[in-house]
Amino acid sequence: MSVPAGWEAVIGLEVHCQLLTQSKIFSGAATAYGAAPNTQADAVTLGLPGVLPVLNAAALEMAVKFGLAIDAQIAERCVFARKHYFYPDLPKGYQISQYEQPIVSKGHLDIEVGEKVQRIGITRAHMEEDAGKSLHENFSGQTGIDLNRAGTPLIEIVSEPDLRNAQEAVAYLKKLHQLVVYLAICDGNMQEGSFRCDANVSVRRAGESKFGTRTETKNVNSFRYVEKAIEYEIQRQIGVLESGGKIVQETRLFNPDTGETRAMRSKEEAMDYRYFPDPDLLPVVVTKADVERIRATLPELPEARKARFESQYGLPAYDAGVLTGERALADYYESVVKASGADPKLCANWVSTDLLGALNKLGRDMATSPVSAEALAGMLRRIADKTISGKIAKEVFEAMLAGEGGADEIIKAKGLVQITDEGAILRAIDEVMARSPDNVAAYRAGKDKLFGFFVGQVMKATQGKANPEAVNRLLKQKLTA
Amino acid sequence: MHTLSIRQLSEGLRARKFSARELTQHFLKRIEQHDKKLNSFITVTAERALTQADAADARLAKGEGGPLTAPLLGIPLAQKDIFCTRGVKTSCGSKMLDTFVAPYDATVVRRLHRDAGAVLLGKCNMDEFAMGSSSETSGYGPVKNPWDLTRVPGGSSGGSAACVAAGLAPAATATDTGGSVRQPAALTGLTGIKPTYGRVSRYGMVAFASSLDQAGVIARSAEDAAWVLQVMAGFDPLDSTSVDRPVDNWIGSLDRPIEGLKIGLPKEYFAEGLAAGPRRCIEAAVAELKKLGATVREISLPHSPLSVPTYYVVAPAEASSNLARYDGVRYGHRAADVQTLEELYKRSRGEGFGAEVQRRIMMGTYVLSHGYYDAYYLKAQKVRKLIYEDFRRAFETVDVVLGPTATDVAFKLGAKTDDPVAMYLNDIYTIAANLAGIPALSLPCGFVEGLPVGLQLMGNFFDEGRLLNVAHQYQRVTDWHARLPGAFT
Repeated sequence: MSVPAGWEAVIGLEVHCQLLTQSKIFSGAATAYGAAPNTQADAVTLGLPGVLPVLNAAALEMAVKFGLAIDAQIAERCVFARKHYFYPDLPKGYQISQYEQPIVSKGHLDIEVGEKVQRIGITRAHMEEDAGKSLHENFSGQTGIDLNRAGTPLIEIVSEPDLRNAQEAVAYLKKLHQLVVYLAICDGNMQEGSFRCDANVSVRRAGESKFGTRTETKNVNSFRYVEKAIEYEIQRQIGVLESGGKIVQETRLFNPDTGETRAMRSKEEAMDYRYFPDPDLLPVVVTKADVERIRATLPELPEARKARFESQYGLPAYDAGVLTGERALADYYESVVKASGADPKLCANWVSTDLLGALNKLGRDMATSPVSAEALAGMLRRIADKTISGKIAKEVFEAMLAGEGGADEIIKAKGLVQITDEGAILRAIDEVMARSPDNVAAYRAGKDKLFGFFVGQVMKATQGKANPEAVNRLLKQKLTA
Repeated sequence: MHTLSIRQLSEGLRARKFSARELTQHFLKRIEQHDKKLNSFITVTAERALTQADAADARLAKGEGGPLTAPLLGIPLAQKDIFCTRGVKTSCGSKMLDTFVAPYDATVVRRLHRDAGAVLLGKCNMDEFAMGSSSETSGYGPVKNPWDLTRVPGGSSGGSAACVAAGLAPAATATDTGGSVRQPAALTGLTGIKPTYGRVSRYGMVAFASSLDQAGVIARSAEDAAWVLQVMAGFDPLDSTSVDRPVDNWIGSLDRPIEGLKIGLPKEYFAEGLAAGPRRCIEAAVAELKKLGATVREISLPHSPLSVPTYYVVAPAEASSNLARYDGVRYGHRAADVQTLEELYKRSRGEGFGAEVQRRIMMGTYVLSHGYYDAYYLKAQKVRKLIYEDFRRAFETVDVVLGPTATDVAFKLGAKTDDPVAMYLNDIYTIAANLAGIPALSLPCGFVEGLPVGLQLMGNFFDEGRLLNVAHQYQRVTDWHARLPGAFT
């Protein structure tokens, strides 16, 4: 679905990204997901009387890392502010966030939509603490509060209103997701809420220079939902305007079951957050030396890595793109190339087709892959030195997936060593020809297609272990003799 | 024993003239005898005190103690009920926290009692959430002034001041956001010091106005105050506003002569508003300091008149934020039989907070509101810088700034409870030090009609040592600080 002719949509995204620190942004409590409720809530998390926040240096470094990766300005001095509202899962009655002086501002991300590369501005990224969770089920009419998540460090990444349709928005979001995972500052788990998106959407008549009134759709927690929610919102707004109505500035909630958004609260009901600088925290000073030290820890970013894969390994752009899509995958691939010494393109095929296909089927990811890079390299070495054929390799790979051991072990146990002894192959050819005199005659009479039949029969007779190149060559000799 | 200085008590303990248990029992008995008249304690921790005393006796028996290593080992102290004390109710003078038993120790409590081995007698009454200048806003009833039971002891640390003045504790911790250490010390004839902002950790001290709050001591002399503050002060990684800088040896510098000391008298502090009696006492004290070799000159702190209005923007703004956590959800007062979330908030906070706290929350919420923030909060922060600049300039030419602590002696209970502005003007001389962040001390310098008068010394950043030194030298040649109210001898 695209934006109807005569209309233009204007979209900006706000992304909340949980930072992968061991402890919370302002206390030593653990941040691990999934612990029993309130077991990761210390005195600071609970907002007990008298407690004070102390900034987690690792969270600050991660925010700076992100800023550097999007080529943004890193503030030499940034300030934490209190954002006030009452809610049971917000223990202090305010959230510590950044308001007028965020750590990161004026960055950008380049996205590809179709053939087009587009630069999307990132207005700012600021550090803040997450709230807890309100649990409305299983409390017989009451609400349960779990404060484990409260105080988890976040960066809120605010884009410019540079996106013009849902596809661009999703492309931007995917790029951002890839980046934060690459940087190892976020696990990117959208289901667990590590990476959450709010979408600001407005529409205007084509050619109009003023923005229309926007709505904010909250917490759309998958790429697909983001696309659906934005598309719904664009259509809804156009519908309202075309029928002579007006768009109300409001916060809306996406319902994944219906694919619709509904109004949550209007601007009139919007809260006055009463921001002011948090007097418990001193302004954060990041020196040029700090920035350079952190810059030195930046990993090679996806775009640079893709370009290098193309030049260094001679991979087509598509393969390089797939292999650098995820940092763990790219790392895996490079380990395989290095350890196997095999043709990089062959390695690329095995990693991006066979391995990824298998993981997909098993519902696993790189981290839990049953076949390590070392193991796969071990098998590729056997292809390279012609111990096994590419065809046999598939069987070896299946066995490796099933946990039957390393490539050499499996090859030995199953007797899969390739037959390169031409005498043995000739004997098999003779047997096959002797069994099928009619086919031999037909072939010789010009039925070339039967060549495949002979190859198949020979491979079958050797349990697939015959060297395919030798089989081809010797068969041809014999049949035309 | 309740007339001895902390130094003498420490010597007595180490010489086995008395044990920490005997000393503790003596003060517990005095609390039992006298506190009904004063209402200076919210909680008396008698059992815990005796356990701590026995532990101190064991350490003393091993030869520990003394000014260099453990100056407060076995010395009984009272804590303002604003410091979280593990396993003890920490109410902050509010019914909101009537059921709150702190699960952790404030850094001040940890340093004094767990590390230094001081004995905790109990938790002192105070204005609710430290908001007040008379200790009448307490949810636990008003505190009386030991010098005249019909008068207030000042506030917000009125309980700390009253119990020390009456000899129920050798010294007590206190906190000072706009004068809450110094004004009660002045009104009860004691020495009270508010150190430089950041010198004592705020961790575990229930927050009122975070950028102004600072813990201090109320004691019977500058020397006693130095002994306690020496242990309380120091960098704390749990408080981001705590200053990472070594603590000077204040105890060791008490005896320095003050010859050549340059004293500045700000003309704004001696203008109309200062009552005649206290003015005479302060002038006599200045003459006494001159005899000790100090030189005196008039200075100007031109932005002083803006202190009170600036304070009453900044402090309520921060308070409205700091007190947002008391919502009835996790701890503290929770209204019964509520139907909706909004009702839970409204009724829990309406029932738990007293009138003065509610007034300040409303003022603070207002000044932080959209459209008012720039006109009030931001402007107040700018004025605050000007007030700081006044002091910076003053300390280019003088060593200490001297003036009154309060406009007059202790007033009658109830005299100002219906007039918040009159109550707020109590702090007219003390607020500037909080806004600037500098250390300040109040010491007794005479009596007017049987009621003590306080003199205030303000110093440059981290110059607590000089304030204590000047006060101690003055107290060597005067005896105002050594007097006990007649009913509590």
